[in-house]
Parts: sequence; C-alpha cells; structure tokens
Amino acid sequence: MGEIKTPDKLKPEAETAEAAPPSLYADRQRVYPKAVFGKVRSVKWAVLILCLALYYLVPWLRWDRGPGMPDQAVLVDMTNARLFFFWIEIWPQEIYFLTGALILGAFALFAVSSLFGRLWCGFTCPQTVWTDLFMFVERWIEGDRNARMKLDAGPRNGAYWSRKIAKHSAWLFIAAATGGAWIMYFNDAPTITRQFFTGDAGAMVYLFFALFAGFTYLLAGWAREQVCVYMCPWPRFQAAMLDENSLVVTYRDWRGEPRGKAKADGVGDCVDCAACVHVCPTGIDIRDGQQLECIGCGLCIDACDSVMGKLGRPQGLVAFETLKNLSASAAVAATLPPGPQRQQAGMAARRVPRFIRPRTIMYGAALSAVALVMLGAFLMRSSLDVTVLRDRAPLFVRLSDGGIRNAYTIKIVNKTRDEAPLTLTLKAPPGLRLTVQDVEAAAEGHYPLSRRADGITQYRVFIAAPSGLKLQESTPITFRLLDGSGRPATSQASVFLGPKP
Amino acid sequence: MPTKIEKDSLSGQNTTGHEWDGLKELNTPLPKWWLWTFYACIAFSLVWVVIYPALPIPGATGTSGWIAREAVMRDVQQAEARMAPMMSRLRAATPEQIAADPELRAFAMAGGRGAFANNCASCHGAGGQGALGGFPSLADDEWIWGGSLDAIHHTITHGVRANESDDQRQSQMPRFLTDGVLTRAQVNDVAEHVLSFTNRATDQAAALRGAELYAENCASCHGEKGEGIRDVGAPRLSDQVWLFGGDKASIVQSISNARAGVMPSWGKRLDPAIINMLTVYVHSLGGGE
Repeated sequence: MGEIKTPDKLKPEAETAEAAPPSLYADRQRVYPKAVFGKVRSVKWAVLILCLALYYLVPWLRWDRGPGMPDQAVLVDMTNARLFFFWIEIWPQEIYFLTGALILGAFALFAVSSLFGRLWCGFTCPQTVWTDLFMFVERWIEGDRNARMKLDAGPRNGAYWSRKIAKHSAWLFIAAATGGAWIMYFNDAPTITRQFFTGDAGAMVYLFFALFAGFTYLLAGWAREQVCVYMCPWPRFQAAMLDENSLVVTYRDWRGEPRGKAKADGVGDCVDCAACVHVCPTGIDIRDGQQLECIGCGLCIDACDSVMGKLGRPQGLVAFETLKNLSASAAVAATLPPGPQRQQAGMAARRVPRFIRPRTIMYGAALSAVALVMLGAFLMRSSLDVTVLRDRAPLFVRLSDGGIRNAYTIKIVNKTRDEAPLTLTLKAPPGLRLTVQDVEAAAEGHYPLSRRADGITQYRVFIAAPSGLKLQESTPITFRLLDGSGRPATSQASVFLGPKP
Repeated sequence: MPTKIEKDSLSGQNTTGHEWDGLKELNTPLPKWWLWTFYACIAFSLVWVVIYPALPIPGATGTSGWIAREAVMRDVQQAEARMAPMMSRLRAATPEQIAADPELRAFAMAGGRGAFANNCASCHGAGGQGALGGFPSLADDEWIWGGSLDAIHHTITHGVRANESDDQRQSQMPRFLTDGVLTRAQVNDVAEHVLSFTNRATDQAAALRGAELYAENCASCHGEKGEGIRDVGAPRLSDQVWLFGGDKASIVQSISNARAGVMPSWGKRLDPAIINMLTVYVHSLGGGE
C-alpha cells in the first residue's frame, strides 16, 4: 500500500486538542450525495437492476418436477427439509454443497478484490444496491444535494413534512417488497402472496417479513454508509487482499497537485471543486488517499471526469489505478512543473497492471480446486443410499440355542421418484443367516424391500450365527441392494460382532 | 493513568489520554448513535426484567405472568392435540392391526421407542438387552411369558407378581433349602442335573441322583426335560439364556432360596395407546414370536 497520509479532515480537531479533550463519541455527519452521470454510474445502474431483478423475480420462476412436487425453480422447503434449485434437489445431509458454494463465493471475493479492488463493496453488495435504490428515491422526492440540504436546514413546514412522509412511505414500500420477496424463497410464491394478504400465512412468515422489511428500511434508509464504516468487517480485512498491483479508486495526486483555480498558473489539474466529495456515498475525500471508508464505487471518477471534460482537460484525474502505477507516475512527474507535459510523462510511465502474480494464482488455484471438488461431488452424488446402523445395546444377543444374533437398522434413502423394490442380500462368511423383520424372503437370503419415493424407508434386519460356528470377535459383512434386474444398486459394509472366541 | 492528550504524529489522531506502561490509546470516536443503541439495550433489558420472570425469586412471574412451565405445558398440550387423532386410532386398534398397518406401525415404533426409554429401559436396558438378576432380555428369542403380540400386551398391561392386577402373571418357586424341602446335598444334586440339560454337568453321579429329585420337585413347572412351561412362567432350563446366571453357584442359589422378578402393572399407569405402541416396539426388538 502507499504511504500513510494525514487525512485533512482530522487536522482542525488536533489544533483544539489542547483546549478541551475531544469527545470519545462522534456526531453523525450527514451525507448528501449528489447525482452523477457517467460510465461508472451507468454500470452501477445496470448491476443494480440486474441484482434487484434477480432477487425479486427468481421466486416466480417455475420448474416442473411432476405431480406432488413443488413447481418453484428455487425453493427452500423447510417443512419437508428439501432445497430445490432448478433440476437439483438437495437433502439436509448434503448441506455441504451449500458450504462449498459459500467457500467458492469467499475465494471469488478474495480473487476479485486482489485484482480489481472493492468491486463487491462498490457494485454488488446488497447494502450498496439497496442504499443506491433508496438514494434514488430520495433524490426523486426531495431533490438533489443542495435541495435536500436546504430542506433539512429549513423550516419544518407543510412542504417539509409532505416530502419526508412521501419519501419514507416509498422507502417502506420498497422495504416491504424486499421482506415480501424473502419469504417467497421459503414458500410457494403465488400461494404465500395470496395467504399473506388474506392473513392465512403463519406467524413465522410475518415475523421474517417484518424482520427483513424492517432491517431493509433501517439499513438502506437510515444507517447507509455507517454500515460500511462501523459495522461491516470486510473493510477491515480487505487490506490483506489488496496490494500495489490491485486496481483501486485513486486520485492521481502527481497530476492534480498543487490544487488551484482553473486559470491560475503553476497549479495542477485539480481545481478543488469538491465534485468528487459531493457525490461520494460515504462522504469522504478520495484525494486523502486510500481509506477504509472508500467502498470503491467509482462515482468520484464520473464526477471528476465531467468537470475535466468541461475544462477541456484529459479525463482520469480520479481513476481505477494501481498503487504501483501511481508511484511510477509520481516518480516521473516529480521533476516536472505542472502542465500537459507532466501529465503526458506521468501517464506514459504507467504499465499494464500485473494481474498474474503469486497471490492471484493462489486464489485462482484454491477457487479451481474447490470448484472441481464441488463438481466431482455433484457428479458422483448418488440418488440411492443405504445406511446401516448396528444395534449397540446390546452389541449381540445370545439366543436360546446358544447362537449369536446381531440386529441392524437399514435405511434406504431414495432421492428419486422410482418406487421399484430392491432386493437385500448379504455377503458374509457361510453360516450367517439374514432375516428381515416383517418381510417374507423371495428366495433363500433374498428379501424384496419396497421403498418410498423421495424419502427414507427403514427396516429392521437380523443376522444370526448358529451355535458352534467359529467366528472372530468381529466379522466384516456387506449388505447389498440389487435392482429389479439383479444388478447391484448399492452396498454398505458393516460388522457382525460376537463374544471373544 | 491519565496523561496529557497528544496528537499522534503518524495518524494525526488524538490520544484518549490513557496510558498503560507507556502505551497510549488513539481516540477513534465511536458514533453517538451506537452509544445510544447501547443505552437503549440497557433500558430494554430493564423493561424485560419487569415483564418477564428474570429475578431469581421463587414464584416470580413478572408483570406478564409468563411462566416457563406453563409455556412448556402449552407446547405439550398442542403436541398432544396434534397427535390425538393418531392416538385414538392406536387406542382402538389391536397390536396385530397396528403391526400390519405401515402408518400406524411407524408411529407406534417412534412413540414406543420414547415410551420404552421413559418407563422400561431402567430395568430392561436401553436396547432391551436386560440385565442379570431377573431383568429378562427383550432382544433375544427367549420369552418367559410368551413373545406373541398378545402375550407381550398382557404382560405389560397386568405386570408380573406386583399384586396390582388380578390378571397379573403369577407364579412362585418354593425356597427348597430355606424352607427345608431339600438338604444342601440334594440341592447340589439337582443343580448338577439341571446343568446336564445343557451337557455341563461335572459330577455325573450327582446328576443322576438329582434326576429323581428333579422329577419330584421341579418337573411340574419346568418340564420333564427342563423345557419350561409358559403358563406358570417357569423358564426353560435346557437353553443358553439364564435369567439369574447359568453357572453352578447361581443355580444352587436359585434352588435354595427361589427367585422371582417383579414388574409393575402398566395398565393403570399408561394410556392404552402407549401400551399398544410399547407392545409393537418390544415385539420388534428381538423379532418376537
């Protein structure tokens, strides 16, 4: 990272320190971001529309799974403990797929941060997306920066209250829609929408609706940048992801300094118009250097570019730039006086950012490894499992004829809608006899077991060794399930226990 | 230790005026709203203490009158109300009907497991494995009073020798030595004879002497060849399952002083539906008869 700079905003406070001890608690500095137009803003609008459209519309996508099954494409079915994602159906014991997806997301976040800086924070984080939407509504109702500042500083008259009420009503409406969309991911969307308005939805549905609506209103309407600056852990440890080769939003101080009037001589390109400060959603000055509060949204780039355009100067005084290029440009520009020559020399000193470096290779490798493991696990995911639980109390039973018997509980996990029965057989040393409670053998040692569609079927199974059969204390055995054509469908190993020989 | 507030040369921030062994703390002000949230939480907790029974006073209910036990009882009642239709079906059905109906059977197995753990496992073991000293295993194929669903149902309902039901399982073995029916030597001979049923007699002469005594004193209940008689709950002596131990000392002890287990009658203690569930569950443990 670059050198640590003294933020200007802290300087006046330091001078008064001698007089009275400064408070340990900071007042909220209200931020009134100004509207801005430009390339970055357009990309942000597109991302915002895409993210919101995904969030609000995905629950309404339909996916036919046959009779008796939910036809919602993406559904978390808590009652039946199933997660539906288009053609994929995840059971609770396969929740590691969700874990894997979260690990993938984390590594992707690290990789993107080390390459392009805080793209997640500035463009796709829900806090940023919803805050952006709420600010858009605010600007539409109360006007732009100056109008809003005037409104808040002005009298509390009818115009003031009508605008505030209109704004908060619009915010609450969006918040309600957000909470409303959330519950649709856990219930059939058309059904829950109807039940929600007729009052037939359960208490939990209303609770989660209120929770998500309330926090959307609070976080996007009131807390805004305070979430990023004070609550979110990501700004704290993102410094570990970034290095001098990462693209970050930066002010090219070698070109802008010293600041001065547009027509003055011997000054840099920065005219100190504060356009970059006025558009910043977290209310900081990008010219103070890298700082925790910067979410990397790049709106200051658009603001500065439009000012530079009006002055007929090259754009890019604030830009996505690596700190390495920044210091390379600064080194060249240091010897030159302000002017076009310094600007061109500084820009010429830049190099294409090094995207391939040990850090990004490692993130990429970890990302690929997790993705491969996930893909492998998904492709090898069986739709039929058998689990065998040995009785532990007692470990074995002495029968009246002196024989030994073990009891097992066999669970057939059927993730399909195929109900064709399977045949249970035992692969074990000769002499061990298999019986299944309440099931008649089709042939010697062959028991047809019916199975529930999309569910678990349970059987109690006994294996008996006749008196006098010489066995070890523990004998390995294998339960095998054969399909209708007699081919092995799946098998499960277990042991047969007896007394010490 | 308070010191002078200074400006840090690197960050430009002030110190708080606190110093520990030369370490000074920078003042990074917390937002005021955060502080007020903290105070609001304290205020909320005070309200909570008044509304809910937070004070450790016996019988304290708070102004809301909420009591944890009542809340649990309400939950239990709701659960019971949910189960009521199923329970009335289980009450009306015979154990045979329950075992034959997959839905009833699944419910009975799940409920029976819980009821068994609550009421039966303390004597018969968590898995029905029983214990030496008169607690029969329910997981094997030996049934003293019968292992059919009906027999198990009868035993659970009326109990064994507990004098709580007129239909209880009842029998009493005499105390052959203590009551002076047999001498110590005769008891030894009978024990050797009993061991000979499973080919374990070590003194063939004694076993032969014991045969006559056995026929006179024991065979009426335990059978000519020790095959046991269920009507009187006399266990088989010719198999490998021993309720009070199968070694000679244990057998001598059993003959001398007699042995008899006791089980309460559950008919007066448990819902008939639960007894039906227990019947099906216990029957499944060892496969029943």
